[in-house]
Amino acid sequence: MKEKKVPIWSKVPSWAWALISLALAIALWLAASGTWPAVFASPEKVLNAFIERAQSGLLWEHVWASVSRVLTGFGIAFVVSIPVAFLMAWYDPFRHVVEPWIQFIRNIPPLAYVFLIIAALGIGQTSKITVIFIAAFLVMVITIYQGVKGVDVTLIKAARVLGATQKDIFFKVTIPASTPFILVAARLGLSTSLTTLMASEIVGGDKGIGMMIQQASGYYQMDVVLLGIIMLGIIGICFEKIVRFLERRFTGWQETIQQ
Amino acid sequence: MAGNDSAVKVHIENVVKKFNTRKGEVVALNGANFDIHENEFVCVVGPSGCGKSTLLNIIGGLEEPTEGRVLVDGQEVTGPGPDRGIVFQQYALFPWLTVLENVKFGLKLQGKSDKEAEEIALKYIKLVELQDFVQSYPKELSGGMKQRVAIARAYAVNPKVLLMDEPFGALDAQTRTQLQSELLETWEKEQKTCFFITHDVEEAIILAQRVIIMYARPGRVKEIVDIDIPYPRTQETKMTPRFLELKNHIWSQVYQEYLSVRK
Repeated sequence: MKEKKVPIWSKVPSWAWALISLALAIALWLAASGTWPAVFASPEKVLNAFIERAQSGLLWEHVWASVSRVLTGFGIAFVVSIPVAFLMAWYDPFRHVVEPWIQFIRNIPPLAYVFLIIAALGIGQTSKITVIFIAAFLVMVITIYQGVKGVDVTLIKAARVLGATQKDIFFKVTIPASTPFILVAARLGLSTSLTTLMASEIVGGDKGIGMMIQQASGYYQMDVVLLGIIMLGIIGICFEKIVRFLERRFTGWQETIQQ
Repeated sequence: MAGNDSAVKVHIENVVKKFNTRKGEVVALNGANFDIHENEFVCVVGPSGCGKSTLLNIIGGLEEPTEGRVLVDGQEVTGPGPDRGIVFQQYALFPWLTVLENVKFGLKLQGKSDKEAEEIALKYIKLVELQDFVQSYPKELSGGMKQRVAIARAYAVNPKVLLMDEPFGALDAQTRTQLQSELLETWEKEQKTCFFITHDVEEAIILAQRVIIMYARPGRVKEIVDIDIPYPRTQETKMTPRFLELKNHIWSQVYQEYLSVRK
């Protein structure tokens, strides 16, 4: 009789893993700042920079400027991408014209067209939001389109047989069936928005994490640069957690491979 | 036979269906003609591609015939409607709805109040013995249970005709036999006209009053066999000489068509 061996690490709870992972990351950070002190500010210095700027409120102004920018650009993109994706899925002529545009622009780094938008809209808030909007919209519209296109035809047939009108099919079949894709799109769109934020803040303006990083690097304040990078990472994780929560809440009915 | 004496429920008149594919025109059905009587149980057998699913979709109103027409109670079929329920092979349950909500779906579309819809839905969920799974989601159910929900959902809207497209095709042999007996019980209780497609000859004989054998491509009716075995039929029925005789006959007819497709 062979007893099945349970690896010892399978007994470690997930919160402990999170702690181990964090501790190791800080250890690596300490090592890096010990080796290249001019590049990597020590955790202590970054913490001090954080406390100083958090107390003065300056940090929160930067964070709020960036987060509101990201959420506005993303929000508009989300609202626009859903009807566009449905139109693409339903009307072939529309898709034939629009899809090549989307595929073409999608692969261009936002940094490349940021100057064009600034030339058109100025260096104010509008152009920053527009850049984020474009990038997030392109990612989301493709994902949602694929979801709508992939709605199981048998479900639509079943609904029609039970007496559903076109309107019923839209609200009671297509929308719920595409919800998982809409949420995946939201997750991708938010992360793209955050990535694009840096491009949008590259020129002009006085508030925003991107601006904070740029100004600090001008003065070689590497502790503030690192602080900005870490703040962006934390914001990204928060977004991810929120969408994951919504996914669990709204798409728990999905068949999953694991479990 | 009880079925043959009663009124014509579904009249299929010279139904032709052609599809345009990249390889050119394909004739799926080439003039199907037959009647289904009130409360009758009819099974269709034939090799894959003989147009039996196309025929079911045309009766259901999901596809239009290229030529000919289908009448239900004398009315020409122009589209799908709750007077013709369909049970699909792939269950087609709405995965985001619970068992109860799935069965209520059609009832709510008919404008029934939530309370009334729930009462009716629960009655049919009980009929298929899933009362312990009312609040479960489809992903929590086995294939056999899912198909029971689909049957309850089809019955709940009280259709005149029940169209079943290889409903037990994806199930294991044991579950299939069990669902066959359950379906027969329900059919005897609820008295509905059933049009049932299968490729399983035994299944066709145990269920049907008449078995329609189709020619392979293009589909036409090859032969209609009366199944003169009295109900209630059980698993033991499958051992009786008459059953084996019918099985032998129908199987050899279908087998010829399988061979003709392979040639």
